[in-house]
Amino acid sequence: MSGNQDQRTNRVSSFVLLVVFLTLALSLVALIFGATVLAGYFNIGSDLTSAYILLALGILGIALSAYVVVEARRRLLKLKVAVSPVMTTLECRKCGVKNVREFQRGDYIFKETGPCQKCNDKMLITAIYKEVKEKEKERFPV
Amino acid sequence: MGVQVKVAQLFNTSDWTWVLNVAFYAVFVGFIFYGQRIQMYVMLNEVGGSLFRLKYIKEEGRKIAVETVKEIGKPQADPTDKIDRFLEYFTIGPQNLDPAGVVWKLEHILDVRDTRLKDEVKLMAPASDETQVNNLENTLEAASALNFIYKIVRHYYLLGKKTKNLYVIMQIQMILPLVMREAEAYASALKAFAYGQPIGDGAGALVAAKLMHGYETRKVDKDCVVATVPYEGRTAFVIKAEGPGGNVGKPGDAIKAVIEENEGKIAMVIMIDAALKLEGEELGEVAEGVGAAIGGPGVDQYKIEDSLVKYHIPINAVIIKEDVGDAVSPLRKEEFDATDKALERVKQVVVEKTKEGDKVIIAGIGNTIGIGQ
Repeated sequence: MSGNQDQRTNRVSSFVLLVVFLTLALSLVALIFGATVLAGYFNIGSDLTSAYILLALGILGIALSAYVVVEARRRLLKLKVAVSPVMTTLECRKCGVKNVREFQRGDYIFKETGPCQKCNDKMLITAIYKEVKEKEKERFPV
Repeated sequence: MGVQVKVAQLFNTSDWTWVLNVAFYAVFVGFIFYGQRIQMYVMLNEVGGSLFRLKYIKEEGRKIAVETVKEIGKPQADPTDKIDRFLEYFTIGPQNLDPAGVVWKLEHILDVRDTRLKDEVKLMAPASDETQVNNLENTLEAASALNFIYKIVRHYYLLGKKTKNLYVIMQIQMILPLVMREAEAYASALKAFAYGQPIGDGAGALVAAKLMHGYETRKVDKDCVVATVPYEGRTAFVIKAEGPGGNVGKPGDAIKAVIEENEGKIAMVIMIDAALKLEGEELGEVAEGVGAAIGGPGVDQYKIEDSLVKYHIPINAVIIKEDVGDAVSPLRKEEFDATDKALERVKQVVVEKTKEGDKVIIAGIGNTIGIGQ
């Protein structure tokens, strides 16, 4: 994949940003108008319902814009497949020393590797696995 | 003051009431006539989002494949074109209008395919050894699977758009969650294959490796190893695919060869394999049953059953349960721990179902990537 494509998939699209910006601007205008009408209610007795509608529209617009931005960001994060670290366990068959380290290319189960730090005997890879942190288990009555 | 009045007039409630009424009826009538079309656009949008993600995963897969070939194979020329060609390879299954002999035809086609893919890998990665060739082949096959999934989903998406037919797009939308799970599984498999890490499918092979470790092994056809392991007065012939490269071997041929070597005097065959779990079952659950525990296209299962019937040998199976994603992604701790439980169960079966002096075959089935012997 080219660098340009990488960048394209890693950012929020400019169209979405434009829509969000416009919605935000309109929401701000609605809020200002709402505040103006509300002030008019106290000064000249104008209709209070109009003020409420405008204020509600303004708040709704801002909430929608925030939701769209958060969703777009979440969608980008969801694109990547999460990979858990894979660990290698080395054991010394002579003295029983156990080491756990991150997997390195070339490791395989039952491979003899470098000397044991304690007794200088060869270490053996006895396990390679990944530990996945489970999301909180959903509760089903089963 | 003037602005306040004008804005207030704009929002006269009596005007708005009839506007809202008209809008309500318009939406109601609109849904009556265009409900299905709206539903189709919602589905298309959903499939489009997943397609975008699939494209990203597929491109990542291709990138990993190219980088791995360059890193391990040290080719003189850029292997990208060859890899792109590899990703488009296809296999045509045998004609089964007359099913007699279809297993052998299928086996022949699979052999040709395997040889062809290995030759291609050797060409694009000349510096790689046998283990690395196997791992690269697996990596490229995973990338190829991702490419195929992407193309199928794109086909239905574009066909749905072109025909504007709800039922065309519905077909893919309904199975999309399962397709995405499989694609994610292949995406994590790619890295496992590229680095040579053991995968969930290798759980059966790992049980056999634990049994045969420390004993002398010899090669048997095809790409398998067998070790003669004494256990509680019995003789166990433990079979697995030859590791640590990504390889499933041909356990059917290996079991058949060991049975023939012993002139059919085998008291029992036990097969250990990873099996798909149902939702709600625990990952790494070990279960026991009878029958040939082996997946794949069916050629090996056929050969094993054929040999067993010839000499009336009973067959037992021990399975380790995991879901499709775990089967092709790096081995999880739960699966690793389950191999010890499966090993104990195998030993228990041997003691309970055979007597001293008997010969048994214990075959660990699965991809032996990252697992030695």
